[in-house]
Amino acid sequence: MPVGFVLNGAPVAPEIEAEAPLLAALRGPLGLSGPRFGCGTEQCGACAVLLDGAPAFACTLPVSAAAGRQVETVEGLGTPEAPHPLQAAFLDLQAGQCGYCLSGILMAAAALLRRVPQPSDAEIKAALAPHLCRCGSHNRIIRAVRRAADAMAPA
Amino acid sequence: MNLAFRGVVDDGRPRLPGSLHVNRRLDRWLRFDAQGFVTISPGKVELGQGILTALAQIGAEELDVALARIRVQPAATPDSPDEAVTSGSLSIQESGMALRHACADARRIFRSVVAQRSGVSLDDIVVRDGEFCAPDGRVLGSYWSMADAGLLAVEASPEAKPKPAAERRVAGTSAPRRDLPDKVFGAPRFVHDLRLPGMLHARLVRPSSRGAVLTALDQGALPGGATVLRDGNFVAVVAAEEHHAEQAAERVARRARWEERDTLPHESALEDWLRSAPRETSVVTERSAGTPQAAHRVEQRFLRPFLAHGSIGPSCAVARWDGATLEVWTHSQGIYNLRTDLAKTLRLPPENIVVHHAEGAGCYGHNGADDVALDAALVARAHPGTPIRLMWSRAEELGWSPFSPAMLVEIEAEADAQGTLLAWRHQVTSNGHSGRPGRGALPTLLSASMIADGFEVPLSINPPLAGGGGAQRNAVPPYRVPALHVGMHTLQAMPIRASALRGLGALVNVWAIESVMDDIAARAGEDPLAHRLRHLDDARARDVLARAARMAGWETRAKREGHGFGLAVSRYKGTGAWCAAVAEVECAERVFCRRLWLAADVGEPINPDGIANQVEGGAIQATSMCLLEAVRHDTRTITSDAWERYPILRFPEVPEVAVELIARPEAPPLGAGECSLGPTIAAIANAIADALGVRVRHWPFTPENIAKAT
Repeated sequence: MPVGFVLNGAPVAPEIEAEAPLLAALRGPLGLSGPRFGCGTEQCGACAVLLDGAPAFACTLPVSAAAGRQVETVEGLGTPEAPHPLQAAFLDLQAGQCGYCLSGILMAAAALLRRVPQPSDAEIKAALAPHLCRCGSHNRIIRAVRRAADAMAPA
Repeated sequence: MNLAFRGVVDDGRPRLPGSLHVNRRLDRWLRFDAQGFVTISPGKVELGQGILTALAQIGAEELDVALARIRVQPAATPDSPDEAVTSGSLSIQESGMALRHACADARRIFRSVVAQRSGVSLDDIVVRDGEFCAPDGRVLGSYWSMADAGLLAVEASPEAKPKPAAERRVAGTSAPRRDLPDKVFGAPRFVHDLRLPGMLHARLVRPSSRGAVLTALDQGALPGGATVLRDGNFVAVVAAEEHHAEQAAERVARRARWEERDTLPHESALEDWLRSAPRETSVVTERSAGTPQAAHRVEQRFLRPFLAHGSIGPSCAVARWDGATLEVWTHSQGIYNLRTDLAKTLRLPPENIVVHHAEGAGCYGHNGADDVALDAALVARAHPGTPIRLMWSRAEELGWSPFSPAMLVEIEAEADAQGTLLAWRHQVTSNGHSGRPGRGALPTLLSASMIADGFEVPLSINPPLAGGGGAQRNAVPPYRVPALHVGMHTLQAMPIRASALRGLGALVNVWAIESVMDDIAARAGEDPLAHRLRHLDDARARDVLARAARMAGWETRAKREGHGFGLAVSRYKGTGAWCAAVAEVECAERVFCRRLWLAADVGEPINPDGIANQVEGGAIQATSMCLLEAVRHDTRTITSDAWERYPILRFPEVPEVAVELIARPEAPPLGAGECSLGPTIAAIANAIADALGVRVRHWPFTPENIAKAT
């Protein structure tokens, strides 16, 4: 019996074992590319998704843990036609180089902004501490999160 | 490292810029279509550095078309020009200058044909977004209307004249990266995302330690019906679902028995090993001079362990074997070089192998990208007709990729009472820094040494300085000194596979040279900035140094308990971009780099924001490397095969960074990707000395290693 959950707003029940990692379900039967494998040990954040709004490592989380819950990935954040303010800010500030880490970072930042709409730099850095970027785009990423927060602030 | 490395000298043909000289046909570089697009086909590849965006800008500029009309074809054999390796900060020089000339030539050819056909004088025809217009505004033709006329089926002419700097409108602007939207929206972009019909997933079971020999492999059921492939010490598992392949690899690893032996120097005995391993000794440069009696003499040695590239995405490739032809999708930096070594290893004619570039995570040099392509090919050969996607584990990426080799640099410098340099002796000891594929008699791909009918691992080399050098890169000090000797010991044993990591030997050489410069300035009671400025004959080096110092407020810096400031300057490879750095560190329970100020001169800046991104990225990576990083190993195994044991800088510890470019639109453009690492590391080391009064000689700059210096 496949495990059912809500992926980016739509109910899904991927054909995969309940004990398989959520990342395998997302990249396998669900056909997504945003969540990425980086380490498999919760050390780099490349796989991060939101589970009921909180960041979770899809590389170790079993599919069963998502049963009946909301899973969000970068694909659900926005589209080129209707980007999330974070995606728009990352593009405006060219906040990335190779981009392999960005899906997970965008999700962690999205969770932060829902919890803390106007975060300090220290809060942004703390929220992104589980995420590794090897290219050295950190400062641009921090500025982009701040810019998105400003863009989302009520006028 | 690339064209120079291959020894392109005067071959009797008219000299053409960059890689155009050895790939002379215009239609290898660009083509037009009737729909209004230009496709450019560079042989260099996107590594996350933004090169394809810069190349598109160069093409749009010289063709006089809107940037949006430029499409960039990812490199693939056999049609893309062979531009060797995307490395050494040479893509703008080699590919960019080739495309600039080729596109200027295409524009010249089309314009002259339009003039001939229309009777309008050549000089009166202007090009507006790909249309050729008469003075009265009539459109006489376009690239698109003449796309099929075969006008580019010719060799480039040396007569083409790219635009003068003052007329450039696209090159020199900060066009946004073309690859970034896919990466921000999670669209399939990386080789990891490639999904071919019927594709199976493979994982490897690597030996339990370096040099271990497989003695037994117990049979047993595997998840998802996974199968095992064994060829000598090469063991792979294959499954329809990726997570089954991963689980199967773990299970097979537990069923494998390996005979182990000691093959590695222990991490605690690296300096002894560097001093005792067999070596080949050479003189990099030398000049003698009669010098007066020295008032100051500084003798220092600098030791750095092996370093890892630390790509965030494990290396990955997809391969398909149809019984005669092998097709490979790879994030290799050199598709032709990879093809050469695949052909050697698989004993196939190179023409039977097609290599497509597909983006990977940032590699920062020669990581596992080429190795995993062979791994996928070996599995694909055992599964004719089935595409195989093989991804390394994190442990393989950090434990089996080539590493930047351990280095020892010893410097003896002499100066007079005022601190003016009299004599300088620099000796560097290291393995070769280049073990890239496609250059020697034997393949350098990891698993070529593991298969039953395999090959010995060839020694990595240090290319000559004229080709960029390896261990000796930036070993020649940029300062005026009458007597100079720079020597190199290249080790002739390579227990740990070594190859190119961003900056190569420059990271250690610049750290060492700039440390000794500070020590001499201190002995003579001179400010480090003034001391350098009066020893630099190179005006552009002085300019970046003065600029960085001004940005940081060097002259008015305040002394604070536990804080220190340091500066450093270098011209990458002695022939590339100039960069100077000022660092502020805080020495608390360990060293934190709080702020960096960087000034760079890359000549003509093609994409200023992209350059700033590269300069800052290199500086942050360098901060991570020198403060935190070392490959860990005992006498058998690389033990730092997880991020917990190979930590890199995380968000909370990243310094604030300010970057300024000194733009010189009239000067030749130079690559920006590697120029900031050496100066950043050296500036941090000098800042530590400023804060603590201790000269750090052991990398990484941890409290334990700083204590060794006292």
